[in-house]
Amino acid sequence: MMGKFSKIAGVAALTLGAAIAQASDTIKVGVLHSLSGTMAISETTLKDTVLMMVEDQNKKGGLLGKKLEAVVVDPASNWPLFAEKTRELLAKDKVDVIFGCWTSVSRKSVLPVVEELNGLLFYPVQYEGEESSKNVFYTGAAPNQQAIPAVDYLMDQGVKRWVLAGTDYVYPRTTNKILESYLKSKGVSDKDIMINYTPFGHSDWQTIVSDVKKFGSTGKKAAVVSTINGDANVPFYKELANQGVSAEDIPVVAFSVGEEELSGFDTKPLVGHLAAWNYFMSAESDANDEFIDKWHAFTKNDERVTNDPMEATYIGFKMWTAAVEKAGSVDVDKVRSNMYGLEVPNLTGGTAVMNTNHHLSKPVLIGEIQEDGQFDIVWKTDSEVKGDAWTDFLPESKNLVSDWKSLDCGNYNTATKVCAGSQVAAE
Amino acid sequence: MTISQTQSPKLGPLATLLVGDKGGQRLLMAIIAVAIIFPFCNLVFSPDSIFHVSTYTLTLTGKYLCYALLALSVDLIWGYCGILSLGHGAFFALGGYAMGMYLMRQIGDRGVYGNPDLPDFMVFLNWGELPWYWFGFDQFWFSMLMVLLVPGTLAFVFGWLAFRSRVTGVYLSIITQALTYALMLAFFRNDMGFGGNNGLTDFKDILGFDLQSSGTRNVLFFASALALALGYLISRFITTSKLGRVLVSIRDAESRTRFLGYRVEHYKLFVFVASAMMAGVAGALYVPQVGIINPGEFTPINSIEIIIWVAVGGRGSLFGAVIGAVAVNYAKTYFTGAFAELWLFMLGGLFVLTTLYLPKGIVGWVKHIQEGDGKAAQWLALLSHKISNISFNKGA
Amino acid sequence: MKLFKTLLLCTFALGNVFTAHANDGECQKHLQSYNQSIESNTNYQSDFNELVCRLVDASYQEKETLINSIVASENNKALLIIESLKSADLFYNKKNGDVVTRKKLENGKYQATSILSNEVLGEFKKRTLRKVGINNNLRRTINGLVAELQISSNDVSLRESAAAELLKSAEISALPLLEKALIKEENEKIKEILLTARALIYLQSDDQLARIEAIKFLDGSLYTETRNGLHAFLNRAKQENNGYAKVEVQLAQKTLDDINELMKLNGVLENVYFGVALGAVLLLAAIGLAITFGVMGVINMAHGEMIMLGAYTTFVIQQLMPNNIGLSLVVAVPAAFLVSGLVGVLIERSVIRHLYGRPLETLLATFGISLVLQQAVRSIFGPLNQDVQTPDWMAGTFTVNAGLELTFNRLYIIIFSLLVLAALAVVLKKTLFGLQMRAVTMNRPMASSMGIKTGWVDALTFGLGSGIAGIAGVALSQLTNVGPNLGQQYIIDSFMVVVFGGVGNLWGTLVGAMSLGIANKIFEPMAGAVLAKIIVLVAIILFIQKRPRGLFALKGRSVED
Repeated sequence: MMGKFSKIAGVAALTLGAAIAQASDTIKVGVLHSLSGTMAISETTLKDTVLMMVEDQNKKGGLLGKKLEAVVVDPASNWPLFAEKTRELLAKDKVDVIFGCWTSVSRKSVLPVVEELNGLLFYPVQYEGEESSKNVFYTGAAPNQQAIPAVDYLMDQGVKRWVLAGTDYVYPRTTNKILESYLKSKGVSDKDIMINYTPFGHSDWQTIVSDVKKFGSTGKKAAVVSTINGDANVPFYKELANQGVSAEDIPVVAFSVGEEELSGFDTKPLVGHLAAWNYFMSAESDANDEFIDKWHAFTKNDERVTNDPMEATYIGFKMWTAAVEKAGSVDVDKVRSNMYGLEVPNLTGGTAVMNTNHHLSKPVLIGEIQEDGQFDIVWKTDSEVKGDAWTDFLPESKNLVSDWKSLDCGNYNTATKVCAGSQVAAE
Repeated sequence: MTISQTQSPKLGPLATLLVGDKGGQRLLMAIIAVAIIFPFCNLVFSPDSIFHVSTYTLTLTGKYLCYALLALSVDLIWGYCGILSLGHGAFFALGGYAMGMYLMRQIGDRGVYGNPDLPDFMVFLNWGELPWYWFGFDQFWFSMLMVLLVPGTLAFVFGWLAFRSRVTGVYLSIITQALTYALMLAFFRNDMGFGGNNGLTDFKDILGFDLQSSGTRNVLFFASALALALGYLISRFITTSKLGRVLVSIRDAESRTRFLGYRVEHYKLFVFVASAMMAGVAGALYVPQVGIINPGEFTPINSIEIIIWVAVGGRGSLFGAVIGAVAVNYAKTYFTGAFAELWLFMLGGLFVLTTLYLPKGIVGWVKHIQEGDGKAAQWLALLSHKISNISFNKGA
Repeated sequence: MKLFKTLLLCTFALGNVFTAHANDGECQKHLQSYNQSIESNTNYQSDFNELVCRLVDASYQEKETLINSIVASENNKALLIIESLKSADLFYNKKNGDVVTRKKLENGKYQATSILSNEVLGEFKKRTLRKVGINNNLRRTINGLVAELQISSNDVSLRESAAAELLKSAEISALPLLEKALIKEENEKIKEILLTARALIYLQSDDQLARIEAIKFLDGSLYTETRNGLHAFLNRAKQENNGYAKVEVQLAQKTLDDINELMKLNGVLENVYFGVALGAVLLLAAIGLAITFGVMGVINMAHGEMIMLGAYTTFVIQQLMPNNIGLSLVVAVPAAFLVSGLVGVLIERSVIRHLYGRPLETLLATFGISLVLQQAVRSIFGPLNQDVQTPDWMAGTFTVNAGLELTFNRLYIIIFSLLVLAALAVVLKKTLFGLQMRAVTMNRPMASSMGIKTGWVDALTFGLGSGIAGIAGVALSQLTNVGPNLGQQYIIDSFMVVVFGGVGNLWGTLVGAMSLGIANKIFEPMAGAVLAKIIVLVAIILFIQKRPRGLFALKGRSVED
């Protein structure tokens, strides 16, 4: 069903592309998400989300009196290809904005190109922080919007021992480093923290799950903080279920597992394990109901779930359209300066604000996995949390701040009072 | 472009090499033409002119040229010596890493954390000092030496072990695959000190020249074309020499060659190391042009793709490898843009149809036509002409 | 806030009692007097219905009190309600707060039935009925309460899980219940659990003799809870100066050390089991390739996709028989064999047939086929992973001893992989088809001149190898992602296994898979998962130098190609 749909969407995008190529009075929206390869599983949904938003905007009459036109390319989960396709979108197709990327490495690969060609990229996925580019708006969560509130919640629930398990790449490494320093500042000793890294797509979790069980059987309540990525999650959770690790004994809180990942397996044995996000499909709000209805209508499938990166894409798109309308132009510099302070209602019933460090202020939610693959929200921050580009918990980035409005700098060192790094050198 | 004019004074000493190699002559002409015309059109004509070659086309073609050199290196061992390496991507990536390490050191204190010695990812992962294997990479000459030596040494050690023990056929193929797979896993580890999954990126300049300036881009492009031409000549030299004929006999009947008194393993080792070095050079030229090197380049699938370029172009024909690399990658670029949802069907179908109907690749097919009705000479000229002037502006 | 909301809802409902009768829920009635009592601050005796209705709007802490009161009411619906709450079967109507259970209807809507009155309340859209929230702490509370209710059940398995629950909590308050249960209990296993639980409770007592008795009882007990309890005991002894004698602390320490010693042995056993289980996965993934690549010499890059097709077949079968998940897996085995096998025959007839004698070109063609198959699956099923369910008989663990529980699904996969291998060996050695197959691969022209239809044999052989890969897919669907990239994960490992074991030799594949699996698991605790894999790969490379034709090399002239 979905396959048929995506084909139709592809064809539609193509014909749309062809039809509009002659009439140049459209605003082009680049979509840079992998449709094949290892990341297709996550990114295809975001491509569809952007297409849905474009269609929706066009129904409302477009933007600045022009129709929007989506330009879809497939970077095929290949990182150098991301850079090539970005150049294609910006230089050849002359798109006005790009929505795209999922993995950190794809963003890193794209970064020099968008900076060189002064493009505009909306990046919708939670990530490790430690970056703030003039040409990128980060609508996913920074570590302080996901990891730290989750750990606070578990501490509140009496957890004393911590397993930090992650896939061996930069996001888990950073998050775990931040968490380790945070936990130690809360008086957790070294021997109560176990850190474990596994490769991408790790599929044999027998030993690790058994180690976790042992770690959790010393009388103190233990929890697993999981930054395990993508494909490795299904075998991990299946092994947890098989070895009988229940959420009541050793809860697992994950930062990369959302509704869509859960739809790929049987969640009955996993009820009660946790995830921390800025959005859950089960959030109660009219905006969310409307969004879900639209999504179901667009995909012609009532079973499709929504997830956090989709909300981030939604917020990013809404902000961009609002900024374009405010600026009266799609010019990147004008749009950018109109982004700051912009407020867009988020789907969980508050407002998301774009800060001058190109990160959003969003609420943090913690949900427990339910039998039906949904999350039940068990905790929520009182107010929106401001995304922090440079974490305060690492010595080397403590002094760095990002402010593109007053400082015009993404990594300003408050100690040495200089703006270091790539952005300056590139100009 | 006139094809018959191969005896230009510049090519004089090489004339003997290219005698009877019409495809090669045309290919070299095409490469040289591209090497001069593309940068010229990029720099001289304004973006509005129809003669303008965009930076996008230029970097893309530069990438193809690197791939072509890589394909050439694989064809040298597979087409002429029967060594099917399913791990040649490893040598390419190692060359790329050597270049990447140099470019990383060139960033100096312009990284986000402003550390003069350590690259950002090391500052970030709390490395106290530069690991020993990073020393020397601040020097261009040293890095270039490493571009050759690292893949060369690995190929030497690996080849020495494998060829001496007479590991052949699929066994050899699979252990080369194991090699690149093991390297991939190793480079993915952040503890290795090569940047883990993110690899090396955010390069600034090379030899003091800004990597994003069009001048540097054109020089790199020219260097890639030159490297490809040189690579072709070296391969041609190897294959037309006596050594080359021994290699072919090893390919066709290894035991018999051994019984005739040739030290088969020495020949194999030589050509394997030479090929690995060529792959390393291709990688080194590739990295500054695409701006990133990461362990993804080590994935076994990448190495298999190289084999496919060669097979599509025509195994055992040096210029066939070049044509195959360019054709397959152009198809990939075009399909992923124009048919984002369906391109795997097309690419997969292309591979199946090529094997079924063009068993000797594009080159073999052309030859077949040539023998058939004699018109193919024109066709080939047309083809090489087309490939040299591929227009990348036919978007969706 | 919540209270306010309830009140609002209530007054709203009261105000509209005549006009909007249909929207009026029973819970609003049940809550009336409660709300009034809150308003007037008077004391008020809760009744059962009202407690249940209050669950809807209560905070998690309030819910805990409510649940305790519900159980204490001894109403015959109490157990049903807290169990459905725990299994997330308890819903409420967003509009009026009625507590209901729901049932999915044909038309995609849900039928709600009041849990209090058993009255059918009509059809609702999915999002109108909300789940009554529950968190881990509540689940723990419910588990404890249910255990207390079920420890006197007649069902042995219910009693056992209740006993395990009591062991886990080991609360002093449960002691009378335990003693009562111990008198009646006849099942040895449950008795032991209960005795251990009692000992763990005594360990917390103030009576030194009781504590020493408890420690003595716990000697050699391998339950996780025993170690937890002893750890906690030692920590208490260290922290407070509460008169724990040196003797008992030493005794406890020694007991714990002894147990840990025993656990080490368990650890080794467990690791070997993990290794064999991993080996079985590798074996399953590789057997099919041992045919298509090992016997036929086709460098079959599409092998992984045959596995993937098998896994997707499992998914489809489960979709077709959603009420019979247990059986579906059994049905999926022949189905996957047929689907993958047919696709294999198709590939052989359309492509590979033309490529015999050109083994390296099969690499190119099958790689193309693998891309096409991946994309085909992605187009038909979408790029997301599919939810293949684990039947109950495969879930869970079996107990070797109290400290060593091994997973059932791995055990089944080990057995299954060996069965598949045995079946294949029988086909190859004992059937006519096997004979013809071997004849064709050994000497094609000779076989042909003996009247064997070589083309037909080739197609069936390739189909057989592909079909077995499909069967492997059924097993792997229980362990990992069922998505378009499933095959890619296993293709390299499969080639390693076949080559390591020796091409064309089934026993080589078995020994190869098992040694790689066990070696991986031996290195993993020492070096970590990644380094372990790298070490194994380097070991393969070096091993091939020693034996250039794999573990079990074929001998004879045909070997030199």
